[in-house]
Amino acid sequence: MVSVKDIPGTGGLTRDQLLDIYQKMVLARAVGERERMLNRLGKTPFAVTGEGQEAAQVGVAFALRPGHDWVVPYYRDIGVALTLGQTARDLLLGHLSRAEDISSGGRNMPSHFSDPKLRIVSTSACVGTQIPHAVGIALAAKLRNLDEVAATFFGDGATSTGDCHEAMNLAGVRKLPVIFVCEHNGYAISVPWEQQSAVASLAKRAEGYGFPGVSVDGNDVVAVYQAAKQAVDRARNGEGPTFIEARTYRLVPHTSDDDDTRYRSREEVEEWKKKDPLTRFAAWLEEHDVADRVALDGISEAVAQEVDEASDYAERAPVADLESALRHVYVDEEV
Amino acid sequence: MAEKTMVEAIRDAMSEEMKRDERVILMGEDVEGGGVFRASEGLLGEFGPERCLNTPLAEAAIIGAAIGASLNGILPIAEMQFADFSHPAFDQIVSEAARMHYRSNGTWNVPIVIRAPYGAGIHGGPYHSQSIEAFYAHVPGLRVVCVANAYDAKGLLKSAIRDPNPVMFLEHKKAYRLSREEIPDEDYTVPIGQAAVKREGDDITLVTYGLMTHHSLSAAETVEGEDGLSVEVIDLRTVAPWDKKTVLASVEKTGKALIVYEDNLTGGFGAEVAATIAQDGFDFLDGPVTRVASPDVPLAPFAGPLEEYLLPTPEKIAAAIRDLAAY
Repeated sequence: MVSVKDIPGTGGLTRDQLLDIYQKMVLARAVGERERMLNRLGKTPFAVTGEGQEAAQVGVAFALRPGHDWVVPYYRDIGVALTLGQTARDLLLGHLSRAEDISSGGRNMPSHFSDPKLRIVSTSACVGTQIPHAVGIALAAKLRNLDEVAATFFGDGATSTGDCHEAMNLAGVRKLPVIFVCEHNGYAISVPWEQQSAVASLAKRAEGYGFPGVSVDGNDVVAVYQAAKQAVDRARNGEGPTFIEARTYRLVPHTSDDDDTRYRSREEVEEWKKKDPLTRFAAWLEEHDVADRVALDGISEAVAQEVDEASDYAERAPVADLESALRHVYVDEEV
Repeated sequence: MAEKTMVEAIRDAMSEEMKRDERVILMGEDVEGGGVFRASEGLLGEFGPERCLNTPLAEAAIIGAAIGASLNGILPIAEMQFADFSHPAFDQIVSEAARMHYRSNGTWNVPIVIRAPYGAGIHGGPYHSQSIEAFYAHVPGLRVVCVANAYDAKGLLKSAIRDPNPVMFLEHKKAYRLSREEIPDEDYTVPIGQAAVKREGDDITLVTYGLMTHHSLSAAETVEGEDGLSVEVIDLRTVAPWDKKTVLASVEKTGKALIVYEDNLTGGFGAEVAATIAQDGFDFLDGPVTRVASPDVPLAPFAGPLEEYLLPTPEKIAAAIRDLAAY
């Protein structure tokens, strides 16, 4: 097989890139599963992960330039963080709230990704408040004549917030290089989409802000990548924002403190498991002769080993000194 | 030296800082047209629409976008048209701007200035009169400045713009054109966190800030002339951080502390000053730590006489000085 040649129907992705995407998806799944396992073992008090949403996350992140473009994620975006260059070790150090955790040194809750060198911006747990930050970052890029793009990720519940509306409106007015990515999994904890909005497709909202909105099968990583690539190109060419609705499903409860059997039938979850983005993409790769089963299994085995090592390392790593909890309230109090 | 009103001094501070550092921008509602108080008069012409820019009427987006811009190399001054209208952005200020540095373990910081006209006394009714400093003084990670004269406003605004932390810069709107003051032509700053002893005295320490500094000075003059009382008036100028040292040193000298603030009595910033004096200055005290503030009523009614009835006035402050002196 030739590695430099585009695979038809992928928007210009090569075999190596497709396998890289697959590896990131498998890694994201494995990290999420490990985090929930560590929680069940009583080693961490809380886990919030995004199994089922890997295609939406990796597909968009793969269209960005890591360390150049900006990402303002939300708490399910393990796949985004990994695609941009964070490692399983980074994420597990964060999950176990260790001193070495690059995102916050154990201050923020797990999965509140931050990594300045990768331009992943720290976020709060308040839903939707990160969206205006991405718009401000894009405003700065435009004012400074930089070709940077800002991408922000959020769930469907976030689209009901005032911050989301205000941010998209401002982005439209100023025609900013920003991409709004809604990982539409149909639920805001237990509240189904029908109780969140009277409009079936979120993509329609973009029209009201004066920029395009696209709705894409969020479990089809190639389709997500293509939509994201277009959006990134538009943003970089000065054509303004794009809203991407990636329709997907979270295969796990909202968090380790949630019991999703209260609000989702097992039949519904089983139906979505059949559309699992990992198995779908694996089948696609085989069908398109990008990789055979042996190669794909090899990726899974390497990932499992990477996560084991990362998990062991993070478990052995120390928590920050107690007195450090008083630091970094103000910039000029740095020691 | 030139004579300036406070609003002119604020305009000059922004203009000079925008000249000094091209990263500084002003954003907010109506700022391109000069703003409702004319604080940004001429900045559009001077710096163009990329550095003096109108935003949609959306306070959370103004602050949220300012936060984002500050992460990407811009030093935004975000104008809230009135302090009362900043409440929709409370979450952005408290949960985002104030906590970003801490929650990222010191790896991100948010160098923004949020300017807001605050305070009563201008027939602004319940939504153009609020004092909001206590909300924000409570929040670790924010600096909170309260200005009511031209010299301090200019010097503190420059410090705020140069500060790497988020700063709530509260401008008492009644002081915008209250008087003209001599302002140095050369660049100067007033440090955040340093009080000013506006009047020296031996009998009572009066701690205040904002417009109440003017009322307190007037009251101090009255009681000196009529009662022979010597009141030391301290303008805190910034409430977060605030200058405990200057206040406690004065209380040690006078033995009595009166705290005057315009905000509602309960939980107002003066309560913090009172608690600190009571705890750290207990041995100095010859009388009860006393507060003059507005009653716990939404401030302020539109009708002039009702508004004046509620707010601290020089007369009310003078009466409190006499009572405390007689204790």
